[in-house]
Amino acid sequence: MDFINAIILLLNYIFIPALTYGSQLALGAIFVTLIYGILRFANFATGDMMSFGTMATILFTWYFQSLGVSLGVLPTALLAIPFGIIFMILYMLLIDKFVFKYYRHQKSPPVQFAMVSIGVMFVTQAVVRIIIGPGDRRFFDGEKFIIKAREFKEMTGLNEGLALKSTQVITIFVTIVLVSLLFWFLNRTKTGKSMKAYSDNEDLALLSGIDPKKIVLVTWIIAGILATIGGALYGLDKSFKPFTYFNNMLPIFAAAIVGGIGNPFGAFLGGYVIAFSEILLTYAYKKFFMYILPESMEPNSLVQLLSTDYKFAVSFSILVIVLIYRPSGIFKGKVL
Amino acid sequence: MMVLILMVGIFQSWNIALSIFNLCLISAVMTMGANIQWGYAGLINFGIMGYTALGGLAAVLISVDPVQEAWRAGGFDILMSLWLIVVMVLVIRFILKRFEKSKIRTYSIAAIIISGILLIRFSAEPGIEAIEAVDPAKTGFLGGFGLPIIFSWIVGALFAGGLAFIVGKVALGLRADYLAIATLLISEIVIAIIKHEDWLTRGVKNVIGLKRPAPYEVDLQTTDWFIKLVEKFNAGKLSVIENLADRQAALNQLVIEGSSVFVKLCYSGLFLVVVIILLILTQKALYSPWGRMMRAIRDNEEAANAMGKNVVKQHLLIFILGSAIVGIAGAMLVTQDGLFTPGSYRPMRYTFLIWVMVIVGGSGNNFGAILGGFVVWFLWIEAAPISLFLINFFTAGIPETNALKAHLIESVPYFRFLLMGLGLLFIMRYRPKGILPEKIEIK
Repeated sequence: MDFINAIILLLNYIFIPALTYGSQLALGAIFVTLIYGILRFANFATGDMMSFGTMATILFTWYFQSLGVSLGVLPTALLAIPFGIIFMILYMLLIDKFVFKYYRHQKSPPVQFAMVSIGVMFVTQAVVRIIIGPGDRRFFDGEKFIIKAREFKEMTGLNEGLALKSTQVITIFVTIVLVSLLFWFLNRTKTGKSMKAYSDNEDLALLSGIDPKKIVLVTWIIAGILATIGGALYGLDKSFKPFTYFNNMLPIFAAAIVGGIGNPFGAFLGGYVIAFSEILLTYAYKKFFMYILPESMEPNSLVQLLSTDYKFAVSFSILVIVLIYRPSGIFKGKVL
Repeated sequence: MMVLILMVGIFQSWNIALSIFNLCLISAVMTMGANIQWGYAGLINFGIMGYTALGGLAAVLISVDPVQEAWRAGGFDILMSLWLIVVMVLVIRFILKRFEKSKIRTYSIAAIIISGILLIRFSAEPGIEAIEAVDPAKTGFLGGFGLPIIFSWIVGALFAGGLAFIVGKVALGLRADYLAIATLLISEIVIAIIKHEDWLTRGVKNVIGLKRPAPYEVDLQTTDWFIKLVEKFNAGKLSVIENLADRQAALNQLVIEGSSVFVKLCYSGLFLVVVIILLILTQKALYSPWGRMMRAIRDNEEAANAMGKNVVKQHLLIFILGSAIVGIAGAMLVTQDGLFTPGSYRPMRYTFLIWVMVIVGGSGNNFGAILGGFVVWFLWIEAAPISLFLINFFTAGIPETNALKAHLIESVPYFRFLLMGLGLLFIMRYRPKGILPEKIEIK
């Protein structure tokens, strides 16, 4: 019995939160990696682009709520996400046309692109804050829990409760669907394959008649979808605050690089690597050991490897170690 | 630029103008540091925030009086941990020197590091808890050395240079955009440590009331020579007032205003000295054989290497020098504010804004760096009033109650981001070398 309690404890406090957080990171990391692989620059505006998409989603959510439209037990935001995506893609294409296109034609070095993306970051941050303000917004509605901790306890008669939030299920479900669709697109369709070819060797791809304009367009569209959904899911699960989104850029970068930048599947796994290591290393295992160890061996301290204050630092340290020892990421392999 | 600051002095107040000017000077120092790395050597450093914070930490550690009680409570444990770290580093160095590169070596080093960290955590824990328990509302940390704060400018440079040495050793081999990300993340780690190691820095509880190199306003207000000085300056204004009591009241008011202006002027003088010294040194370096070599390395690394220049060593050197200058700026900043708030170090303000300064001013040109620091900081501060004016100007026909207008006026503070971003984008597009481009005369 104690053993099952211990498992439930880990599920409740480590596995499910890490899986959710990892999915959110994974979507952002694929976004970073796509831009890096095809447009060939590190996009420092990642976090702010995600917050722009989320902002659009929130505005539509409010609009739908004011109309009285809702999805019942599901959050209204799910209905608003497609509209948010359209807005996000339009914004990205606008930025591409006025900013990035010029440097692409100039064949600027990646560093210059990175600098330009910092300019975009400033502008996007300003736009988001001017439109929706810097405050904390919650836009979740509908049923909050699928399983409540207390109900679970009553149902199974265990000591430990297992709480399952609907946002967690939605996040994981949407991520799986989206990512499988994406990989199907990249590996099976002609456009997806030509994107891969373009990312592998630009000149060869151009020689074989691939239209670069189309590739760039499709890349931004996919990026817009990923950014909006990733951002909106994070906002639904926690809350929307522009500053947090800017900060999230850092673990997202970490996930993308850990997975081998330019490699979407690596980025997808990288998100989970980062999320799990952050949570595993900063969780206090005292209760867990109390369940599985005999009473005489129970630990006195919290059995916490690092204090939770260092949550971000964990992922950054992993990244730095990976960068130094395996700059191509832990999942080496083909690009894109 | 000076004219703009003078205009602020005339239209807003001399106090604001001087505080903008002082921060412009500090920004100029930071920009010079980043400019040395980027402009001279082409190294990208997004970790400016970390070095600034270390400089600030130096200011705290140098100037605060030691907390004797805390030292008695936990000093021994902390010193022991320090020894452990030294021993660990020595052992690792020894292994690195003695044994050939192999898997076993890598794993044993990893094992030493991990077990060392665990050992230090366990041995330092009681000490840290004891220190943090000493009067937590006021101290709760070890304190510093109680020296004049001005020394911290040098120590801040040393701290930042030391960190840059470690970072440079590990990360400088990376390609440009990876280096950018790595330095950005390392600076975040530094901030995390400063925020949460309360025994050393008081963390988010902040350290306030640091010593000053300049006199205090309150002391000035009761000093005779200062009152006379203010009286002399405002003789014309005062003589108009007939009533003696009124005149005394007006004088008092002027003395209070004058004292804060005077203190800020003291800081300006100190900062100006630093900027001028750095400017002379960096200009000398730029035109020296060393500067030529750095440019050669920047423009063609392989050719410079083939000519027998040690690229790795020079990169490391310039990385340390640039970061050290940023460290000075960090210490200056804390000196001016008189308080150390780890929570206020954010990448937007301390890394990306400085980069905007470097790019806008002109990379590779020291005067450009200073100009960039001035222009960008000025706009950063004055963006809100300017955009408020513009909004009011363009929406003059719309009534005050209009929702859109009210919303715009409410979000005036965020227009500074817009201004910075647009400025950066325009400069990058139409003047990619900055306002004052690098110009190298061969004499």
